[in-house]
Amino acid sequence: MAEAAASADIFGGRKKKRHWPPELNALVGLIGICIIFEVLGWFLRDQSFLGNTVRLKIMILQVSIIGIIAIGVTQVIVLGGIDLSSGSVVGATAMIAMSFAQVGTYDRAVFAELGWVDLPVIVPILVGLLCGIVAGLINGVLIAYTKIPPFIATLGMMVSARGVASWWTKGQPVSFPTDSFAALGQGMMPVFLFLAIALLFHLVLKYTIYGKHTYAIGSNEEAARMSGINVERHKVLVYAIAGMLAGFAALVLAARGLTAQSGMGIMYELDAIAMAVIGGVSLSGGRGSIVGTTIGMLIFGVIISGFTFLRLDAYYQDMIKGAIIVAAVVADQYRQRRRAMES
Amino acid sequence: MSDIILKTEGLTKHYGGVHALEDANFEIRKGEHVAIMGDNGAGKSTFVRQITAVEQRTRGKVIFDGEEVDFSGPLDAREAGIETVFQNLALADDLDVPSNLFLGRELRLFNLGPFSILNNRAMRKATEEGLKRTGVKIPNLSNSIRNMSGGQRQCVAIARTATFASKLTIMDEPTAALGVQETAQVENIIRTLKESGESLIIVSHNMRQVFDLVDRIVVFRRGRIVANLKREETDGQDVVAYITGAKTGAEYEGAA
Repeated sequence: MAEAAASADIFGGRKKKRHWPPELNALVGLIGICIIFEVLGWFLRDQSFLGNTVRLKIMILQVSIIGIIAIGVTQVIVLGGIDLSSGSVVGATAMIAMSFAQVGTYDRAVFAELGWVDLPVIVPILVGLLCGIVAGLINGVLIAYTKIPPFIATLGMMVSARGVASWWTKGQPVSFPTDSFAALGQGMMPVFLFLAIALLFHLVLKYTIYGKHTYAIGSNEEAARMSGINVERHKVLVYAIAGMLAGFAALVLAARGLTAQSGMGIMYELDAIAMAVIGGVSLSGGRGSIVGTTIGMLIFGVIISGFTFLRLDAYYQDMIKGAIIVAAVVADQYRQRRRAMES
Repeated sequence: MSDIILKTEGLTKHYGGVHALEDANFEIRKGEHVAIMGDNGAGKSTFVRQITAVEQRTRGKVIFDGEEVDFSGPLDAREAGIETVFQNLALADDLDVPSNLFLGRELRLFNLGPFSILNNRAMRKATEEGLKRTGVKIPNLSNSIRNMSGGQRQCVAIARTATFASKLTIMDEPTAALGVQETAQVENIIRTLKESGESLIIVSHNMRQVFDLVDRIVVFRRGRIVANLKREETDGQDVVAYITGAKTGAEYEGAA
């Protein structure tokens, strides 16, 4: 016994240096980008970039709704999957939920003949969450039980959900929600909702069996299965939660704009994936965190409002956004290779 | 009869037309260490997969701890007390040591279904005790498995056994991918298991290792058991003769 313990020290002596977490890389990136805009601001516009509360508020507001989607997308990517459908699910959910949120005094309310006006606010909220969950369940069941790649399953949902969004009112926008519904999106409410959801899922991923199993499946699906985890059921659950969060984002978005159109949420899925990836969530699964995605979201916000601040055209914004996404993935790959070489 | 921990009768597995395992009669007593040897494709891993219910057998009986059992999956087998260290390790690289040890059977603080709160402190404590019992030292338990050497990873996989006080441990080529020092470490752990009276089935190609560690050697050839040898009554050449087919055990005549 003593001899065994002594020889085990062979390994004990081989200390590995601590790894720099990817969240820290993202945070350094965020600070760096802020400094660049601050310096450019003083040179080009003669004013501070960060020292402007109104700008900071707008900056966070415009990313927090996509941020809610990104929290669901983060879990899907950690699981080893991908969700391309969230933008379209936002469109479909916004249309359907909004038609349960209209005021009766508006004479051109859709489905008014069915009496879907002046309903208590809980009705559109539940309808919206349910729409998201149903879309997520379909994604999850397709991926877990028919074994088709997540890319294809959610691509199908992306196209179909956009179809649902146009079909629901035959393309007509739905407007004029009740005051209580509109409150979901007014002022800084979207930011508070984002923070609450981010905190909730940060805790869920870190301290519950759900989180542990999500990381385990993304890390080594076969090992998870051999350990007795019901991998299929867990996948369905994760996609359903991602769908629910997309549905919730749709409610906030519709409430903020006081209207829903079938084209809402186009490209949101890619922005959400980009936020996660920039925040250090690994596309190969098993690694990433809500903290990272939140930092990724802030980087996104800073870049958009920084370019607006410097009065750069939107064309350049998109070009540089694309380059940053690629750079984040290259950095992730580089980290993985270096790690593989060290061990 | 009662000191036999595991016994199989006529255990058979066919993959379509391929007869991977044919009529295997095997037994192991409490505290005994048995090696399974054989050429590639002889049915060793197939045999292990039937006992641990990773696959469902075509026919035959498995009697574990005095009762006939019919596990529906590896978790079932594990709950009954059969702990397996698989060839491909079955570890989640991005999780730390306690998470891997308790994967699929996490300790809960509050039970809320899939959203149950983990009892991280208790799992960490049990992990430390399990590692201590097996003599494995790992510098930082909260490091992810990815950052560990092959030997350390194998030790983590084996330490599951000690942590959960299983009745039977099965190792499928535990040292196949390890260096000399790491192999020595794993063999030391196996000796401590022997001292503490754990039953073990080890699949191995390493003749020296087998003669160092086990009480009995069972040889598989072309899906059948062809020899059942006590370590003191045999030697390397003898075992090789059984593996290659130059010899067949008297009681197994006509089997292969």
